[in-house]
Amino acid sequence: MRKAYGEALVDLGAANPGVVVLDADVSASTQTWMFAQRYPKRFFNLGISEANVINVAAGLALGGKVPFVNTFAFLISLRAAEQVRTCVAYSRTNVKMAAAYGGLSDSFDGPTHHSICDLAVMRSLPNIVVLVPADSVEVRKAVPAVAEYKGPVYLRVSRAEVPVIFDEDHRLEIGRGVVLRDGDDVTLIGTGVMVSRCLEAAKALRKEGVKAQVLEMHTLKPLDEEMLVENVKKTGAVVTVEEHSVIGGLGGAVAEALTKRYPAPVERVGVQDTFTETGPYFPLLDKYGLGVIDVVRAADRVMERKGEEP
Amino acid sequence: MENHSKQLALELSRKAQEFRIKTLEMIYRAQSGHIGGSFSAAEIITTLLFHHLRLDPTNPKWPQRDRFILSKGHAAPMLYVALAERGFFPAKDLETFRQLDSHLQGHPDRLKTRGVEMTSGVLGHGLGVGVGLALAAKLDGSSYRVYVLLGDGELDAGVVWEAAMAAGKYRLDNLTAIIDRNRVQLDGPTEEVMPLEPLKDKWVSFGWRVIEVDGHDASKLMAALEEAASVQGPPTAILAHTVKGKGVSFMENDSRWHGKPPNREEYEMALKELRGGLSRI
Repeated sequence: MRKAYGEALVDLGAANPGVVVLDADVSASTQTWMFAQRYPKRFFNLGISEANVINVAAGLALGGKVPFVNTFAFLISLRAAEQVRTCVAYSRTNVKMAAAYGGLSDSFDGPTHHSICDLAVMRSLPNIVVLVPADSVEVRKAVPAVAEYKGPVYLRVSRAEVPVIFDEDHRLEIGRGVVLRDGDDVTLIGTGVMVSRCLEAAKALRKEGVKAQVLEMHTLKPLDEEMLVENVKKTGAVVTVEEHSVIGGLGGAVAEALTKRYPAPVERVGVQDTFTETGPYFPLLDKYGLGVIDVVRAADRVMERKGEEP
Repeated sequence: MENHSKQLALELSRKAQEFRIKTLEMIYRAQSGHIGGSFSAAEIITTLLFHHLRLDPTNPKWPQRDRFILSKGHAAPMLYVALAERGFFPAKDLETFRQLDSHLQGHPDRLKTRGVEMTSGVLGHGLGVGVGLALAAKLDGSSYRVYVLLGDGELDAGVVWEAAMAAGKYRLDNLTAIIDRNRVQLDGPTEEVMPLEPLKDKWVSFGWRVIEVDGHDASKLMAALEEAASVQGPPTAILAHTVKGKGVSFMENDSRWHGKPPNREEYEMALKELRGGLSRI
């Protein structure tokens, strides 16, 4: 997915001369080296100084540029969190934060490099759009949409090569959820890499005779509440699936919206409030409760809860 | 010419002292706000806003304006007084400082207050933002310059030095940092809380040109700012030696007046001293 991001950034650089790219000594990882090679004057490598990178980006935005900040998700959302709050969110500067190595995708570097609470941090800050594309096609669509949008955006990109689920005519609209599969027994809602696992789980459930609906929420904030409620009304039971802690991410966003608009049982599949460990990516996801089987089991559990007293 | 600039410096000094009085009134009325660091920065802010910066109060977003970032955002009262007097908003608004529904927040808010270039108040961020603005100006071939006023206590923050390194790397000669070197921070003297010296050497080693100046002498400030604007290559840091709480004897150099509002008696004593000072300029 990251290669698609790097290429999309080069395309964007050609289309929009106002776009500038900042990196914090990880351009070989974030793939911004491609942009750097093509547009050296519009590329700023500020070294391992994430807090400063955010501030400089805010200044570039004040100067009329469209800065894309690139480093690892946990560094943008945690090390530079206060800069993001003050100089991006509160100041409403037009800074685009491309958060590489989202979730557990930098699996072999271990828990120091995994990002399991970035979505919670970013969602809780006013003024920031939070976007998590599901595959390389969607990343390519997201980059120009993010540039077009006026205001701060957090765009989470995975390091992993993940299954492609969208075809080239897929349209991505910030703030609009996507129905990927219809069904009336249970709603599976995924974001990012977990969307493909939701689709696999839906197939497995079909074999059990369960018709699962699959929604993709690439935009965690603003959440598409209309679309969510409209679809949950059909099933009355929800499973959220995300490569993130079960606290404060997609599960949190969906639960918050449903308690307000249409209370329904929700099971949250994600990292269960624990730190993770080093290992190969897909087995690591499985070990930490993000396997297809975990989604299927959560669907079974939540369907049993239908009609229970709230 | 000589006479003219002497006259100008005198006018700026007078204004700065008047602004101290207005700042004191504002903080007394609100019973909240930072006196010490506002007073130390009076001549610096006045010289910038009333002499050096290219600004148009009727068009605060004029693309070619010079950019001024108050990184030591707690000196907001002095900035607000100067902006109001410069015509960015009515002086009457100063009465609403730190109150509900006011556009004058506790610390500067770029979205609320006309003339405030960047939101600040969390120490350490202004220089990095200034670096970004200076880079944008260079990319566009724009001639506007970027000025960042920092406190000295603020220099404890590592992010300031990250920004200083970046400015050195990109040779941002369109960026000037002014350090309000009043030697006192919230908890006490800077050299006790976290020693900064040798401060000039630090900036030089980060690739900056340094000008040291008496930060209460408007004519010296004018000259330093002029010089900084003419330097090609490295960014310039103006190390402005100042006195925290300048102008009120019982507030000077006393960290207790960093963020404390005066009571009635203190207010009247301070007012008397400031007025006395004004009459002697």
